[in-house]
Amino acid sequence: MTRLWFLNRWVLFAVVAGGIAAFMDQDYYYTLLNFIGIHTLLVVGLNLLLGYAGQISLGHAAFFGLGAYTSGILTATVGVDPWLALVAGLAVSGTAAFLIGLPALKLRGYYLAMATLGFGIIVYIILNEASDLTGGPSGLSGIPSLSLAGFAFNTPRRLYLLIWILLGLILYISANLVNSRTGRAIRALHDGEAAAESLGVDTFRLKLKIFVWSALYASLAGSLFAHTLNFIAPSSFGFMFSIKLVTMVVLGGMASIWGSLLGAGALTVLPELLTVFHDFEMVIFGAILMAVMIFLPRGLVRGILDLYENRRYKRQGGSFPV
Amino acid sequence: MENFAPLLQYLISGLTNGAIYALIALGFGIIYNATTIINFAQGEMVMLGALCAISIYHVAPSLPLAFAGAVVLVTCVGLVFERLALRPVKDPTPIALIIITVGGAVLIKGVAMLIWGKEAYALPPFSGNDPIHLGPATILPQNLWVLGITAISVLALEAFFRLTLVGKAMRACAYNTRAARLVGIAAGRMVQLSFGLSAALGAGAGILIAPLTLGVYDMGTMLGLKGFSAAIIGGLGSLAGGVLGGLVLGVAEALATGFISSGYRDAVAFLLLLLVLFLRPQGLVGGRK
Repeated sequence: MTRLWFLNRWVLFAVVAGGIAAFMDQDYYYTLLNFIGIHTLLVVGLNLLLGYAGQISLGHAAFFGLGAYTSGILTATVGVDPWLALVAGLAVSGTAAFLIGLPALKLRGYYLAMATLGFGIIVYIILNEASDLTGGPSGLSGIPSLSLAGFAFNTPRRLYLLIWILLGLILYISANLVNSRTGRAIRALHDGEAAAESLGVDTFRLKLKIFVWSALYASLAGSLFAHTLNFIAPSSFGFMFSIKLVTMVVLGGMASIWGSLLGAGALTVLPELLTVFHDFEMVIFGAILMAVMIFLPRGLVRGILDLYENRRYKRQGGSFPV
Repeated sequence: MENFAPLLQYLISGLTNGAIYALIALGFGIIYNATTIINFAQGEMVMLGALCAISIYHVAPSLPLAFAGAVVLVTCVGLVFERLALRPVKDPTPIALIIITVGGAVLIKGVAMLIWGKEAYALPPFSGNDPIHLGPATILPQNLWVLGITAISVLALEAFFRLTLVGKAMRACAYNTRAARLVGIAAGRMVQLSFGLSAALGAGAGILIAPLTLGVYDMGTMLGLKGFSAAIIGGLGSLAGGVLGGLVLGVAEALATGFISSGYRDAVAFLLLLLVLFLRPQGLVGGRK
């Protein structure tokens, strides 16, 4: 089967993203796209952990927050170079993830869930309480924009370039990771830990690696978020945001890199379109999580495709190849 | 003697909160024993218990009625939750069950916010507010109610699991579900019962603590996390472990509040949880892993 080069999804991604940059001129849409980009970054990372490795973090907002606050405090208060601060954020989040994963991942799945849930709440408390450092509930302002060789990313349109180029890169790295030797080991882990171990996969180390890796994505997203808004407050990093991220993964599809873009996009745009969304937020997210996991455990998109293919196979008289 | 008085006071409030955590921990343990599920919606049952009791009391101001009514209502919620959210799951992997119960927790919390709004409501204490002097410290009647009802509940549970046929059947399922089925125990019924029982325990905890802390739609998440921490600290699935874990956690929290800072009170549960996971993952009492 020959493939046309322009049907390659990466080319498509670049063309669509570039086309938007060339033709759109309303700041509002760029702002929305920037949030979609940042959310996608978070969701891809969480999906590596949740969809591929089969481990769950209920406190991913904390790593997002650690990245954002490390960047924010180091640049606004201390005056460190933003790129250096971003790297420092990665170090902080990565270390935190390592320290939590070390005890929690040795045990069964729900230990990580509870440990990350607790960690998320603790980070949220610290962001609120340590007001000398973080500015407390009223937030931290005066965070400078990122700039590269004199080009400041200080308008929604310029930020769009930065965020989506970075996102493209991260998506590419993630897709390659998933299809690499490590990626196959990760998926083996998801399907059966004992089986993976019998084939020589060091499951504990691998789980820890993926957990730290996904925390790094979240931290990067956090730093970008801080430099995009130039202002951060603890309310962006609470428990409900962690739940939103899990919902985005579940909606877009477990173990799907492109589904992450879809899940993040849908749940970023919908609340903007529907103002009623705000009051019913928890009910909607809770219902999505339950309904999708009960009826379409592989995610909404994959689940609907499965149903469709299943029916088509049945109509043709064959059975569904699992 | 001067340093002794605050210490005793912290101990009293710590034991009271600890008793609440113990009740929630037992709820986690009962469901875990029957299904190996960690029910993340357990904390929301506590919240529902408190708010239902407050609403019932508002309509018909009788505390026994409010207590009984709320426990019955929340038990029904627990049973319905098991029936609608967990039994239809075709592929019950741990990750799917975690996401479903977390989704359930968020859904219940969201519905509670729609029903009761974001305000906090008060429930009058069960027998007045006159403090009882206990040497240098004082104790509220409500503290005694919490400790007393918790003690009675724990003893009743112990008797239920040791002496009754249904309780023994539940324990059999916890040891080995397949073997229990082989001797004719309806394992599905036991799972249902475990959800009802732990919802009732959660509701009881919520009603007991409502006069001390007020009832509000988002009180469940934190209480649930602390109940879980208590269960892990003591040893998941063990009755004595849950009680011990709850009391240890409650006292540790009270001491941290008193001697360090009240802002970081909620961090104690999590730090203890991580410490236990590090050093002794089977918990203090150390049941099966």
